[in-house]
Amino acid sequence: MTTLTADHSTDRYHRQMLLPFVGEAGQAKLLKSTALVVGCGALGTVIVNMLARAGVGRLVVVDRDFVELSNLQRQVLFDEDDVNGLVPKAEAARAKIARINSQVQVIPLIQDLNHTNIEQVALEGDYGPVDIIIDGVDNFETRFIVNDTAVKHGIPYIYGGAVGTVGMCYAVLPHTPAGDKPWEIAGRATPCLRCIFEQAPPPGMNPTCDTAGVLGPVVSIVSNYESIEAMKVLLGRYESVNPNLVSVDCWENQLRQLKVGRAYDVGECTCCKKRNFEWLDGVYSSSTTTLCGRDAVQLTLAPGESKLNLVQIADRLKAHGQVKLNPFMLQATVSDNAEAFELTLFKDGRAIVKGTKQPTRARAVYAKFIGS
Amino acid sequence: MLINGKESEFADVRTVADLLKALELEKGAVAVELNREVVPRADHLRTTLHEGDQLEVVTLVGGG
Repeated sequence: MTTLTADHSTDRYHRQMLLPFVGEAGQAKLLKSTALVVGCGALGTVIVNMLARAGVGRLVVVDRDFVELSNLQRQVLFDEDDVNGLVPKAEAARAKIARINSQVQVIPLIQDLNHTNIEQVALEGDYGPVDIIIDGVDNFETRFIVNDTAVKHGIPYIYGGAVGTVGMCYAVLPHTPAGDKPWEIAGRATPCLRCIFEQAPPPGMNPTCDTAGVLGPVVSIVSNYESIEAMKVLLGRYESVNPNLVSVDCWENQLRQLKVGRAYDVGECTCCKKRNFEWLDGVYSSSTTTLCGRDAVQLTLAPGESKLNLVQIADRLKAHGQVKLNPFMLQATVSDNAEAFELTLFKDGRAIVKGTKQPTRARAVYAKFIGS
Repeated sequence: MLINGKESEFADVRTVADLLKALELEKGAVAVELNREVVPRADHLRTTLHEGDQLEVVTLVGGG
């Protein structure tokens, strides 16, 4: 990383350093911070963009997907070159931020974040334990796994979600058994997601970007709200963090704030009060996920399975149709029973099967062309 | 009752749990605020509603 001189710092961050709660000391805090951004799609690109420009020193960006044309309507860090090059989103974000602010570091992790690896990513990376986790996720399962991790290890978590014209944002400043985290000392701890919502909705109950679509500005509003809450936390300004759940419908012109503090005070939360981390323990885990906004299913192989040899597989698949290969992944068009599928394989063994929303069909296509 | 800023009337809705059922949200991840205070899930069955109550009902948003 480039060493930051005082002059550089003053120039680049001058406008935000003018604010009394930032100043030189606040800017130094941001530059020393490490934030984990989970998901680098519509929400994540805005968050990474804003926080990198603001000088958050290290951004660990986890995303399992690659850039597609339908992303460009709202995913602000990507362009047509990324689509043509099949660039993984986390890597595309790293490359773009390197041109925007070379003084901060983006650490791209091209992988699925799940209950088996999230604690390693949040606590044991070379970059050290992260100071905050920020939500750029497109599904409920990952959010509840993040919520468990945040509460278990006392890490602030900024939740955000957007679909259609509605969005929601909320800062979890977790209660811990010792009660010694700075936000607890400041009397600003908040209920966790499970205190308020108890459980993720059953699959298929809620609209997704796939079924309902999403407007770019809605995502932008939510993710910028997340970004400012994250900045307050990283600056240690817990008294300014919004303790309410913010809900917005940009088409109905409604903006609501729900007072949720009582949910912890009188509730019997499985996660915060009983410290039973069911999502992190894998009680609800799935090995397949239908991807938001796409006619596609992600398959995750059992842990311990060896990494894929993409070059070898590419050679084999050439007989079945067009194959594209880059250092991160392979993409092939295959047909099975007269149906066309796009098969994308990552080095870590994950696969995305496009052309179906049914996990069983996706597994069958994978088994046929890659092996089970 | 005022629900999400709109005057609404339901037959046979006595509690918060009844209301969520009437809205077909009983299985959802929903937060309910009654007169500016959140009603924890465990209290939905025993929290009764009265004329003039103001409610906010929001569903956890999943996309992103």
